[in-house]
Amino acid sequence: MTTLQPAQRDVRSGRLAPDQYAENFTDLHPRLDHHEALVEADRCYFCYDAPCMNACPTGIDIPLFIRQIAVDNPTGAAKTILKANILGGMCARVCPTETLCEEVCVRETAEGKPVKIGQLQRYATDHLMETASDHPFKRAATTGKRVAVVGAGPAGLSCAHRLAMLGHDVAILDSRAKGGGLNEYGIAAYKAVDGFAQAELDFILAIGGIEVRNGVTLGSDVTLNDLARDYDAVFLGMGLPGVNDLGLDGADADGIIDAVDYIARLRQTDDLASLPVGRRVVVIGGGMTAIDVATQVKLLGAEEVTICYRRGQEAMNASEYEQELAQTAGVTIRHWLRPHAIVRGDGGEVAGMQFEYTAQPNGKLVGTGETLFLPADQIFKAIGQTFDAGPLAGADVKLEAGRISTDDTRRTSMAGVWAGGDCIAGGEDLTVVSVEDGKIAAMDIHQALTA
Amino acid sequence: MADLSTEFLGIKSPNPFWLASAPPTDKAYNVDRAFEAGWGGVVWKTLGEAGPPVVNVNGPRYGAIWGPDRRLLGLNNIELITDRDLEVNLREIADVKKRWPDRAMIASIMVPCEEQAWKAILPRVEDTGADGIELNFGCPHGMSERGMGSAVGQVPEYIQMVAEWCKAHSRLPVIVKLTPNITDIRYPARAAKRGGADAVSLINTISSITSVNLDTFSPEPSIDGKGSHGGYCGPAVKPIALNMVAEIARDGETRGLPISGIGGITTWRDAAEFIALGCGTVQVCTAAMTYGFKIVEEMADGLSEWMDEKGYRTIDDFKGMAVPNVTDWQYLNLNYVTKAHIDQDLCIKCGRCHIACEDTSHQAITSMVDGVRHFEVIDEECVGCNLCVNVCPVEDCITMEQMVAGTDPRTNKPIDPGYANWTQHPNNPMAAKEAAE
Repeated sequence: MTTLQPAQRDVRSGRLAPDQYAENFTDLHPRLDHHEALVEADRCYFCYDAPCMNACPTGIDIPLFIRQIAVDNPTGAAKTILKANILGGMCARVCPTETLCEEVCVRETAEGKPVKIGQLQRYATDHLMETASDHPFKRAATTGKRVAVVGAGPAGLSCAHRLAMLGHDVAILDSRAKGGGLNEYGIAAYKAVDGFAQAELDFILAIGGIEVRNGVTLGSDVTLNDLARDYDAVFLGMGLPGVNDLGLDGADADGIIDAVDYIARLRQTDDLASLPVGRRVVVIGGGMTAIDVATQVKLLGAEEVTICYRRGQEAMNASEYEQELAQTAGVTIRHWLRPHAIVRGDGGEVAGMQFEYTAQPNGKLVGTGETLFLPADQIFKAIGQTFDAGPLAGADVKLEAGRISTDDTRRTSMAGVWAGGDCIAGGEDLTVVSVEDGKIAAMDIHQALTA
Repeated sequence: MADLSTEFLGIKSPNPFWLASAPPTDKAYNVDRAFEAGWGGVVWKTLGEAGPPVVNVNGPRYGAIWGPDRRLLGLNNIELITDRDLEVNLREIADVKKRWPDRAMIASIMVPCEEQAWKAILPRVEDTGADGIELNFGCPHGMSERGMGSAVGQVPEYIQMVAEWCKAHSRLPVIVKLTPNITDIRYPARAAKRGGADAVSLINTISSITSVNLDTFSPEPSIDGKGSHGGYCGPAVKPIALNMVAEIARDGETRGLPISGIGGITTWRDAAEFIALGCGTVQVCTAAMTYGFKIVEEMADGLSEWMDEKGYRTIDDFKGMAVPNVTDWQYLNLNYVTKAHIDQDLCIKCGRCHIACEDTSHQAITSMVDGVRHFEVIDEECVGCNLCVNVCPVEDCITMEQMVAGTDPRTNKPIDPGYANWTQHPNNPMAAKEAAE
């Protein structure tokens, strides 16, 4: 008679053959070539009052830019895109187009195959960024006004660029070593290959009039009151630095990992083979971060990756397309399971997780009492990020539902201070929405400073 | 099973699909392959005078326009008549005809406008065993600069004169190939008939520049930085060809003159349309040059299936059926009232019908109803123009519906079931007035 021994905890780096990493982390969608772009562009019907355009948070004139591609004017197409969304290159890569422009494309209605708007947008923006000798937009005559932007993520960069274009001088403060925010530290690696986030950052800054100060943290290095005093306006694009807690005993055990931190590490490493990867991995959450970490850990060589989400499939924040992406990579997605207890081995390290089955009999999520044990060498938390109001201490900025409260023009309750992106209440945690926030705020700041 | 065989001027072929006189019919090698593929006949690439043959450019001969997926929509060429020795061509024509006795073999000819030149070549052609001759009065490039091709086709008197020579010096049936580069196709057709021609074939190619290279500012195709107009053909020219064929088919003087239809024929349907307008055979070039000879299988099969479906046993059963329906504008029924109708179940809400009507026509289609994106025809404004049907990307989504009774909400006039045309209309100063009481 043999005794079943508990599986040995197995966390290792370098699970794959060296060249397998490059293959696994190659561009998710290789760029359309010239002919593919012309053919795809020809599928666009150039709709009147196009639904895609109305579905785009930044209001890009999609039919126009696609027509410009169709007639072999990719530079003009890129300008049409960038005029509405200066981060059009990154949005082309990371936008959940399947729930935005492409979802409402009349070709989707007609035949279930929307025009590949995202890929066409990338075709045009890549073309311009790689071929244009000058930045496509010129700065207006200087206004002499100075604006501080906190955070070099999508919202801050969008706001800064628009302000610079309108003739204001901008200083961006960012606590990290590199600018780009989530574009640099958060997006799945295969969606922004070849250092695109930094290339786009350089492209945006090339308009001039924007100074980026890295390693400057609001609250410790400078206060909001200082900025409000020293600058004519302040824009806060601080993102969501905090993460939700599991609320279970042993959450500090070795092997319980914050997904956001892990992704940032993955994005910044020069050697993917150096990342520690468990043989059996559990990811908790149902959003994009859960999908991104699960897929990438699988691509790093984990044998078994399971996403556990406490509600049904339809409630997942990650789009169906993203779910399929993870599943195609070999990730298992399980629903109606919520964390019940962290199971630790003799050394205190993670050995697995006890889940409780859930149900939603009357619209309210309840545990059924039945449990399930999943062995795991690593457990990734991807259960949402939180705003940290600490850096605003001493300033009169009102919060709403834990994030900064703003009006339609992204003004906060504090005079001279605007905010946008994930850090504001009602934010949708989408890059493209952050870009629009920055743009709206910039236009209102401009109005305020030039009135 | 429909019988596709045709007899045109007494020349028999197993189907109406002939290859037009053009690059695909320049040599025995090509023509053998065409016959193996199933073509009913060929018009051999135009023969010139005995002696040193013409020379072609050594750079590009073709220009084109394409759809976005490189579908060839129109082709233009600056190739001249055959640049092979006359003796070689005549020998090959004879050989091929011997090998393929059941196929139509027509020789296209272009020699200077001198009786002696025609008198010299005609018997040589007759000796090959060819079934007929086609007089190339159509090529608009190159040869026309030397007083041949379309330079002849543009002068009805010359057409008549040469046709008469050919009838006088040859026993073979004479087909005159017409150029479309004229103002009224009926004049050259009438001249051909007066000259005794047995048939006309049309259209030859249309003078054209396909594009201008915006780097070098040379027309395409470019020969060392310069370009010359070429002859345009392919799907893009079909509507022009159909009209010219119809004009000849319904003209009082040329009605009944056999026609071999040419111009952008790519599918069985194109062929059927030409035949419905009175053509006895059809000639194809660009489609074969684009896809190879195999396309004749689709053409023959498609035509046969359609004929079976419609109950036509032979080509003659539907030949010319559309001719009586081609009329002058002035005879169109002004009492025929239609309104566009949008099938809401099929509509994908692209809004193209709306913006076309709103910006460029009659403001007769909504874009929003009760705050919802909705496209619907406003009968009070709709003139029945059909533009929305043509711009709609969804087949059968918008249809034109005839009003057979009631009142036209646009004009507030009752629908008149009778027929009335412009010649009778009160607004027409030339209208035939009813005799005074």
